Amino acid sequence: MSVTPVEVTGTRTPPRRVIERRRTPRERGRIPLSIVLALLMIYFLVPFWWLIVNSSKTAAGLFGGGSSLWFADDINYLGNLVDLFTYGGGIYGRWLANSALYAIVGGVGATVLAVLAGYGFAKYRFAGRNLSFAILLGSVMVPTTALAIPTFVLFAQLGLTNTIWAVIFPSLLNPFGVYLMNVYARDAVPDELLDAARVDGAGEFRSFFVVALPLLRPAIVTVLLLSVVASWNNYFLPLVMLSDNRLFPVTVGIGLWQSTASTYGAAGGQSLWSIIVLGSLVSVIPLIIAFLTLQKYWRGGLAIGSLK
Amino acid sequence: MTATLDSPAVSTKHRRSTVVRQNLTGWAFVAPFGIIFLALLVLPIGYALYLSLFQKSLIGGTRFVLFGNYVKAFSDPSFLDGVWFVVRFSIVLIPLQMAVSLAIALILDIVVTRFARFSRLMIFMPYAIPTVIGALMWGFLYSDNFGPLAEIFESFGRQAPDFLSSSLIFYGLLNIVTWQWAGYYMIILYAALQGIDPTLYEAARIDGASQWQIILRIKIPLVTPALVLILVFALIGTLQFFNEPKILQDLAAGAIPNDFTPNMYAYQQAFSLANYNYGATISFALGAVVFVCVYIFLFATRKRGGFFS
Repeated sequence: MSVTPVEVTGTRTPPRRVIERRRTPRERGRIPLSIVLALLMIYFLVPFWWLIVNSSKTAAGLFGGGSSLWFADDINYLGNLVDLFTYGGGIYGRWLANSALYAIVGGVGATVLAVLAGYGFAKYRFAGRNLSFAILLGSVMVPTTALAIPTFVLFAQLGLTNTIWAVIFPSLLNPFGVYLMNVYARDAVPDELLDAARVDGAGEFRSFFVVALPLLRPAIVTVLLLSVVASWNNYFLPLVMLSDNRLFPVTVGIGLWQSTASTYGAAGGQSLWSIIVLGSLVSVIPLIIAFLTLQKYWRGGLAIGSLK
Repeated sequence: MTATLDSPAVSTKHRRSTVVRQNLTGWAFVAPFGIIFLALLVLPIGYALYLSLFQKSLIGGTRFVLFGNYVKAFSDPSFLDGVWFVVRFSIVLIPLQMAVSLAIALILDIVVTRFARFSRLMIFMPYAIPTVIGALMWGFLYSDNFGPLAEIFESFGRQAPDFLSSSLIFYGLLNIVTWQWAGYYMIILYAALQGIDPTLYEAARIDGASQWQIILRIKIPLVTPALVLILVFALIGTLQFFNEPKILQDLAAGAIPNDFTPNMYAYQQAFSLANYNYGATISFALGAVVFVCVYIFLFATRKRGGFFS
């Protein structure tokens, strides 16, 4: 596998391959395969469809006998949206804002640290480098949830639990991001270029900012996206760390509503179910938009780790 | 690989200062992450180990018991059943996930239409969904009250299988996790497939290889490093299973007890029973088991290339 990440992240070969493929007579299997793809797509999209359809229903409509895969007669998106954002003093909006805060601060912080460390490991020989890198690789295998309980007890002693820092600090740790940056920087930033910068009198940090950073951009976007997603989707850590529901991210918040609604059963929790369904839909929209708009970056970037 | 300024013309003194500068700059780049690493990984692990050596009781206070907690854990049916569950779950889930994601990636590598590109994105979509929301969505789909399963089976005059019952929850969870992660793994494999030099296929065709032979003899062997990476991710993820069963717990009345997985058991011990020492013991034991399993696996597959080579 001698493919460099540059090739993968840059414009891929599709145009050439498409032409090549049109010429070859090996496309007979294409229609059955497309049908298989269509069926797979239905499977992967059904839950979203369910969410879109059912968030339009009133609480009564949700439990009423109509089909759960099609809209009811009265489409109540607006009413549900108002309910969602006013329930419990507008707590849902706050949860969304918290999620955004944790994801952006945690994600950006993790990315900055990963870029610096990955570049340092890739481009400098320093005492203890091999040992620290071996430890880093080992740490990729440490399950993060195993850290949650001891981190909670540590933070409790420092008075940090139930603060935003209890969620943000642990999300700064992204050993896999450092690994990805290291693999990418090794090939994407040629030593000759750095030497040239040095000969021209640029200091090490100036060469990093001016020469290396622009070359690392695809990997930076990928690590950023992966870190932001990991923080946005985090559930275990904030569940453990936070007790004040005004600090909850949306994942923990919806989990709380869900467990409340289940406890009261279908009868008591009816009104809650319709906002849980819409709340789930609203909470996934930002990430879907992020993925769709940034897809040309992450698709190549995800390959970095697998091509080494 | 590393920047070297060595040349016959450079004096020893100059060279020594280069080494010092390399050392300092290298550490300057790595140090910010290093501090976070020490504070949020090394320290908690050490602390978990420390906590696990003590036992707290109402009468005796906190006392040092050395490996007493571990002896207790490895003879505690709640912990062992949880471990047995995640092991069984991994054995079924991981091959299934790899097969599904590899099959989709191979199809997408062959079919290059606009529709295929669109479906690639749609199949990936579940990865962007928080596991909590994913579990909740499937919980709805499974349920009697809201789900379409009951309707569909009713129209055939059958009763729908209840994936939230204790006999079928295994499959219910299997489906959720596969749905959530297959697209992500597929993208990794697809990217690896795209990285293969197409002239290899041409050469194979000239030698008379069929599409199947190309897949089995060229494509799959060349994406082995990516398969290893996926297996490692899946193993780490599955053994610390928590979010999905925790969310489904309320919907699946009785099918998911508090000690369903080791992680749920550790959570219950620490946060419902305030038994941090035992919770930390289970966390540490689980972390150590995951680490050892992954390490053995990587050691066994090291010749096949991948991640740590």
